[in-house]
Amino acid sequence: MTTNVAVIGASMTQFGQRDAWVRELLAEAGAACLDDAGVDPESVEHCYVSNMASGEFEGMTGVPNALAHDLDCLPAYTQRVDQTSSSGGAGMYAAWQSIASGASEMTLLVGGEKMTHRSTSEATDIIASLTHPVEYKHGVTLPSFAGLTARLYLDGYDAPRESLGKVAVKNHKNGVDNPHAQFRKEVDLETVLESPIVADPLRLYDFCPITDGSAALLFCPESIAKEYTDEYAVIAGVGGATDTHVVHERSDPTTMNGVVESGRQAYERSGYDPDDIDVAELHDMFTILEFLQMEGLGFAEPGKAWKATEDGRTERDGELPINTSGGLKSKGHPLGASGVAQGYEIYKQVLGEAGPRQVDADVGLACNVGGFGNCVITTIMEAGA
Amino acid sequence: MSHEDEGSATSVDRDPDADGTPPMEATRYADGSITYPGHPVAPGGAEPVGTVDLSEYTATVVTWTTSTAPPPGVDAPNHLAIVEFDVDGEPVRALGQLTTDEIGIDDEVTPVYAAELRDPEAGIREPESQDWDGYRFEPV
Repeated sequence: MTTNVAVIGASMTQFGQRDAWVRELLAEAGAACLDDAGVDPESVEHCYVSNMASGEFEGMTGVPNALAHDLDCLPAYTQRVDQTSSSGGAGMYAAWQSIASGASEMTLLVGGEKMTHRSTSEATDIIASLTHPVEYKHGVTLPSFAGLTARLYLDGYDAPRESLGKVAVKNHKNGVDNPHAQFRKEVDLETVLESPIVADPLRLYDFCPITDGSAALLFCPESIAKEYTDEYAVIAGVGGATDTHVVHERSDPTTMNGVVESGRQAYERSGYDPDDIDVAELHDMFTILEFLQMEGLGFAEPGKAWKATEDGRTERDGELPINTSGGLKSKGHPLGASGVAQGYEIYKQVLGEAGPRQVDADVGLACNVGGFGNCVITTIMEAGA
Repeated sequence: MSHEDEGSATSVDRDPDADGTPPMEATRYADGSITYPGHPVAPGGAEPVGTVDLSEYTATVVTWTTSTAPPPGVDAPNHLAIVEFDVDGEPVRALGQLTTDEIGIDDEVTPVYAAELRDPEAGIREPESQDWDGYRFEPV
């Protein structure tokens, strides 16, 4: 029998171009999260850091140890969680496991990345280092995988190019109301469709920016949560799955098996199904990924996500609001922080604390994608009783 | 190296070994499946039993893109495609650079050897950790 896992605190730093380095970003979010929950640092038993590449980006390793010391969480058990872009979601999975198993009664999860001091070319190459040698030597990047898949999707489902642009327009519009977002500026469809080509048929506004930032969540058993607050969320279900390392070995690149399988696990553990989800944060590192996750998670039939988007179903006032935070597209994508920041948004939504972004939500879902669907974590959260 | 599929209807009328170029080596497994690159076991768990030189075959374009922002050591624009070979009825996919952007889905392409696809010294990956030659795809 597992313990019900509660989330009793959440925080995120300003996302964007920051002067702070990764150790400082992690400490900023971690301290704010403990403060939000009213929990003393010495109560933290496990301290996890979601981070993809602090060693490669700035020559800083051992970040969980550094964070625990900076926050005075000693002698908490520490662990780094690296699952590339889904490190944050994997951190939520690890934190959930730590509480559900009884190994910890207070787990602090902090995700963070410092990236903007690197050139776009360098940052892109660090991220692309996750690829197989037969891919890497051809100069494949994650954006080029997106271009390859977008062409296949648009061609295969006779979807209009404009539908992808509308994902960018929607998520930028949502980001205006997120004070932590890197871009708080609306863009119109014409601007998106006329922006420079990055990976044909995708253009600049189909891609998320390079970002510095950090986010944090505090987990404990639901029985203990009530000692701290009446306002907490519960992890209703979580799932994680892996697809092929070599992307071209997938029989259909427009179906992300990791999304499908992680979603299936999360639905099964929670007892919910796609119709029960009131709000979702999807990993829109590229606009095409929002379509692929909508379909993989059962929010739209295969080949129909573009139509649901065109019909306004995913707008903030739509049937299923997606990326109310602005998504990675507008909020930014500090690799290890992004999955945790998705959790932050769902936490705020189910507790009714999302301010101008608030939608009517009892149950929310976050889907965090690593690589090009190589690793995926899906988490379902609801308000505590 | 073995060339198990010479004489296939889709094979190219040349011997890539004749000019000293290495093969585009895929792995065949006991269950008949083939992957490029090879793995210690097939997706279904079957053991490797041999190799197939894909450079002897033509392929069709599954999808393609032109990247205008390639990583260090790669010339811009970088044209890329996922292609599918038909090795005696067994599909095998590969990804690689294209020699041109004058291409479309379902076009037929042939592998063309390049001694260096990318400057090994320019990127983050340790140059000695992998090979840097390989095959681009050229429209037939």
